[in-house]
Amino acid sequence: MADPFPRPRLLPSGDSAVTVEFSRTIDETANRRVLALDHALAAAGLAGITETVPTYRSLLVHYDPGVIDHETLCARLLALSAGSLAPETDIRRWRVPVCYGGENGIDLEDVAKALGLTPDEVVARHVAGTYRVAMIGFTPGWSYLSGLDPSLQMSRRQNPRLATPAGIIAIGGIQTGIQCLAGPCGWHLLGRTAMRTFQLHREPTFLLEPGDEVSFIAVDEKTFAEQERAAEAGELIAERIAA
Amino acid sequence: MSTLVVSQIGPASSVQDGGRFGAQRYGLTPSGAMDKLALAAANSLVGNELMAAAIEIGPFGATFVAKGGAVRVALSGAPRPADVAKRPVEMNTSVTLSDGEKLTLGFARGGSFSYLAIEGGIAGEPMFDSLSVNARAGLGSPYPRPLQSGDVFETAPASETPEMRIELPRTSGAIRVVMGPQDDEFSDEMKALFLGSDWTVSATSDRMGYRLEGPVIRHLHGHNIVSDGTVEGSIQVPGNGSPIVLMSDRGTSGGYPKIATVITADYGRLAQTPAGTPFRFQAVSMAEAQAELRRYRDLLRSLPDRVRELTSSEFDVDALFTANVAGHAVSATDVTTWPGVTPD
Repeated sequence: MADPFPRPRLLPSGDSAVTVEFSRTIDETANRRVLALDHALAAAGLAGITETVPTYRSLLVHYDPGVIDHETLCARLLALSAGSLAPETDIRRWRVPVCYGGENGIDLEDVAKALGLTPDEVVARHVAGTYRVAMIGFTPGWSYLSGLDPSLQMSRRQNPRLATPAGIIAIGGIQTGIQCLAGPCGWHLLGRTAMRTFQLHREPTFLLEPGDEVSFIAVDEKTFAEQERAAEAGELIAERIAA
Repeated sequence: MSTLVVSQIGPASSVQDGGRFGAQRYGLTPSGAMDKLALAAANSLVGNELMAAAIEIGPFGATFVAKGGAVRVALSGAPRPADVAKRPVEMNTSVTLSDGEKLTLGFARGGSFSYLAIEGGIAGEPMFDSLSVNARAGLGSPYPRPLQSGDVFETAPASETPEMRIELPRTSGAIRVVMGPQDDEFSDEMKALFLGSDWTVSATSDRMGYRLEGPVIRHLHGHNIVSDGTVEGSIQVPGNGSPIVLMSDRGTSGGYPKIATVITADYGRLAQTPAGTPFRFQAVSMAEAQAELRRYRDLLRSLPDRVRELTSSEFDVDALFTANVAGHAVSATDVTTWPGVTPD
């Protein structure tokens, strides 16, 4: 059977990495192909691959040209890209508690106003979604989730905030995100979670993987405060759920 | 137990080694020394593993004092005046501080980063097999932040072997790049402008990125692309048309088109280019970039054999260099292929 998907573009990223580009835009199928290639590459155990970085639309493959040459690698990447999408059966699913609104979600009221909804409606629609970790990047544990309800789409803030707290749950464009560390953010802050996607001296150090499925559950401020203490003590807070 | 105490140090100085690899998919940037050849040279002078952690010293001066015993150190990278108790210290040599003696380093001249390696290495707790400081993520050991006066490095007393020196080949010329990954976001005219113009590093640059000053590089289709992965040396062009070279503390993904990528062999040389000094880029083929990478790795591997006693007059380094180019491949950028690079 012919490959149902167009061939990805192989773009050189210097002398020790190649970008496998499946799309120039945010595209659900492209992201699934990125993750499928990432899995296939890991399963193939190709010598000389040092690290891979999945993003929305491409897989960055770091390699050692002393072990595998550029042409051989590119041929293998094309062959592995032609395979089917990753099976959905082994996807990890997480339920993540979020304290929406108030001082934890300072943009909730404004977001509701801009979208012509009540804050409760915004939360209900955000909680109703099932999201997928499309990529992790920018800073440690910053998880970009696809699957936002289209009625919650709005462009990013004109002026990004230079300082936002750890654990924020935000929306921007057609995405929602989980920011692990305190830092700058140009998205709209809906709430906070006590879950840490990145925590040193905890097993695992990084909780979410690209491809994981995430849903949210609303919790009150008292529960959030308790979960913050538990997270501090090394608990995961996010709950692994069955399919 | 000897200690080396930081008595005064400028900003942009931190502990760095070969880098922290394996977690870029989680948004964790590799960090690591900006000039790995200089790091390796300093380490080889005191018998450390080439990519062991050392003190990366930014453009400003610094002073260190040995306490509790003698400490041997070695200095490489950006040239700067240096003395121990008023005795001048040459770059690319080792020197031993007796108990209580002070090492004084002046401002960098003709470079940005110098490396002070401590005999026996730096004691710390590796995170992802690296002691490199990544201040934003709170990583690095023994101090997960830039160094401050009062910081202390514990070390074994200095060995009583002779002081050493090393000769390094001088390199100059254009900074070589491989075009892409998004060079098709720029017209031929803009690519020619990028390759044909003088550039300078802006004074606002840091370990995350070097902002370049020169002509404005315009995009064909606008400056917003969907984020994709970045590498050390990615040259991205944001909306204002002023390129930024992504350096060792870069974000692991970025949303601006990347016109070209600095080759591994020239990355340290770019990192050492002082603000305001003009330079050019030169495009090379993938084959040429990888051939340069092999030569660069051979040079790194040859460093321990290029070390000579300070007082020795032996000078035939080129012969020694060519005699030591064989051996198995070692990645200059991947810490996992350097056996025992961290003191764990």
